[in-house]
Amino acid sequence: MRLHEYQAKEVFADAGIPTPAAELAASVDDAVAAAEAIGYPVAVKAQVHVGGRGKAGGIELAESESEVREVADDILGMDLKGYTVERVLVEEAVDFVNELYVGVTMDRGEGKPVAMVSTRGGVNIEEVAEEDPEAIAREHIDPAFGMHPYQARRAVYEAGVDRDIANSVARVLQTLYQVWEDRDGSDAEINPLMVTADDEIVAADAVLNVDDDALFRQPEMAEYDEEGEFSEDELERKADEYGFDYVRLSGNVGIIGNGAGLVMTTLDLVDYYGGEPANFLDVGGGAKAERISNALDMVFSDENVDAVVFNIFGGITRGDEVARGINEALEQFDEIPKPVVVRLAGTNAEEGMEILNADLVTVEQTLEDAVQRAVGYAEEVDQ
Amino acid sequence: MSVLVDEETRVVVQGITGGEGKFHTEQMMEYGTNVVAGAVPGKGGQEVAGVPVYDTVEQAAREEDADASVVFVPPAFAGDALFEALDAPLDLVVAITEGIPTQDMARVNRQLRETDTYLVGPNCPGLITPGEAKLGILPGNIFSSGNVGLVSRSGTLTYQVVDNLTKRDLGQTTAIGIGGDPIIGTGFVDALELFEADPDTHAVVMCGEIGGEDEEEAARYIAEYMDTPVAGFIAGRTAPPGKRMGHAGAIVSGSGTGTAESKIKALENAGVPVGDTPEQVADHVEDLL
Repeated sequence: MRLHEYQAKEVFADAGIPTPAAELAASVDDAVAAAEAIGYPVAVKAQVHVGGRGKAGGIELAESESEVREVADDILGMDLKGYTVERVLVEEAVDFVNELYVGVTMDRGEGKPVAMVSTRGGVNIEEVAEEDPEAIAREHIDPAFGMHPYQARRAVYEAGVDRDIANSVARVLQTLYQVWEDRDGSDAEINPLMVTADDEIVAADAVLNVDDDALFRQPEMAEYDEEGEFSEDELERKADEYGFDYVRLSGNVGIIGNGAGLVMTTLDLVDYYGGEPANFLDVGGGAKAERISNALDMVFSDENVDAVVFNIFGGITRGDEVARGINEALEQFDEIPKPVVVRLAGTNAEEGMEILNADLVTVEQTLEDAVQRAVGYAEEVDQ
Repeated sequence: MSVLVDEETRVVVQGITGGEGKFHTEQMMEYGTNVVAGAVPGKGGQEVAGVPVYDTVEQAAREEDADASVVFVPPAFAGDALFEALDAPLDLVVAITEGIPTQDMARVNRQLRETDTYLVGPNCPGLITPGEAKLGILPGNIFSSGNVGLVSRSGTLTYQVVDNLTKRDLGQTTAIGIGGDPIIGTGFVDALELFEADPDTHAVVMCGEIGGEDEEEAARYIAEYMDTPVAGFIAGRTAPPGKRMGHAGAIVSGSGTGTAESKIKALENAGVPVGDTPEQVADHVEDLL
């Protein structure tokens, strides 16, 4: 899960990392009141989970009450890459002379955490990493010990950070690592970490992504997750309620399957046979009838979907359970809203195929046939 | 011949008293796996599926001479269970559990490097040597004994590919599901090394997916060290960047690393034919044999 900027800043500030004075606002009047309290100039920043907010017009500076009114009015309610902005962070604009980058993430290849420092902050660090990998100092951390203070110092000196601020930057990095570890972070990032004319350092932006699998032991982060859900895609929110792994895409062939790799493969085959996948939906292992019926409900409620392909290879999932779920879901309708193609294999697949109501669904024997049939249906509807 | 497991492997099931643990213990035994014990803290002295349960893995290893474990412990306690298995010590640990926090796995991974134990998983279906033993949750009936080794990051995709192989009488030496998490024990290269060393494995199928760079690393290994031919499949060609496709590890990063395209290219450059569909993978294996 991703924290919003304002949430990540709260966590960082609590840990002792300097952040600018700021207030969250959901209306233009609240934004003006916040700016008056903080003092001008302020930055007004859209709180949505979208990268490149600045370039997309989601961050504006304001030097007076009338300007705050104007920019807050522009940003609140604006559509940023598919997400509606419902809150802005009104923040003291920092007068900086330099922008740094500090971050902590898990290096999958090495299987251990890595801390990073660069003097080229303020821009997309992934671009820097590609163009000029030398510009980022990296320090791998032994997870058994955590970050030793010398490692933070080494990364900071290695990156070429000005000696006058090296110690303060190292302290910020050390704290950031601790937050990352304590909060089960997947990524923690400050970009930019601003340096002022009198060598103060301030976290002007903040990223904290938390490992979904660790939310059970991070109740405060889980609360942030609930509080931050206001701008998510409606179908993705529904998928959360049902507990599905779901990703919405832009095509018109709805896809339901079990197991991430097999569902991805089904998406790829839809594309291979000339169709366009509408979604990724993994019902997981051992799905019972109700779950199957919820999955169909999800995909039917996506208005882009013209046809559905159901691909189940049972290991711990049983074909008869799946078939019952499909029947139950479809029998509720007087008319089937969208054609459904089903392919069952593995555990109890034969029983399942007998149970399936052939008046309601098209049954295919192989994955390839099922996908081609669904792509064909979607094309017919499209015309 | 086979790799990692055979009918001699003596298995302790960690978490045998849970619903999943008990069910799959019975399934494994029905398949022929030599399950000799269970280990669950506080449940020592009980019996499940006809095998004795011990409080600790070490007791099970000592009393029943277990040399491998299968872990069905819930995610919150699974990291600890893996440390316990590594400390016993055992030759092989298979972690089925899905949803172990990544930082726990980083610590386990660090400990793993100090032992000679093979860890398979977590978040995997396990492994099977057809006709001899299965350690995990794979449906035994779709596998058949033969000369093809298989290694895959995904469970149900493995079943799909195996089904295509078996239907053409292309049986398997051993099939290993290595799991879809960002940090896993046995990786592609480890598994390929084992198959390369196995005289009965005449071809290998490798099923990868988006995320990370393990497939690229495997391609380099294949080009440099392998005589056994390899056929490949990569899932996630249509996955958009920045979206996690079910598996915690299946994500194309914003900077464009971990794409299916890069993996397919790396494999093809290493002389590995990559199928566009699971059916085509079986075609390639037929050609290679």
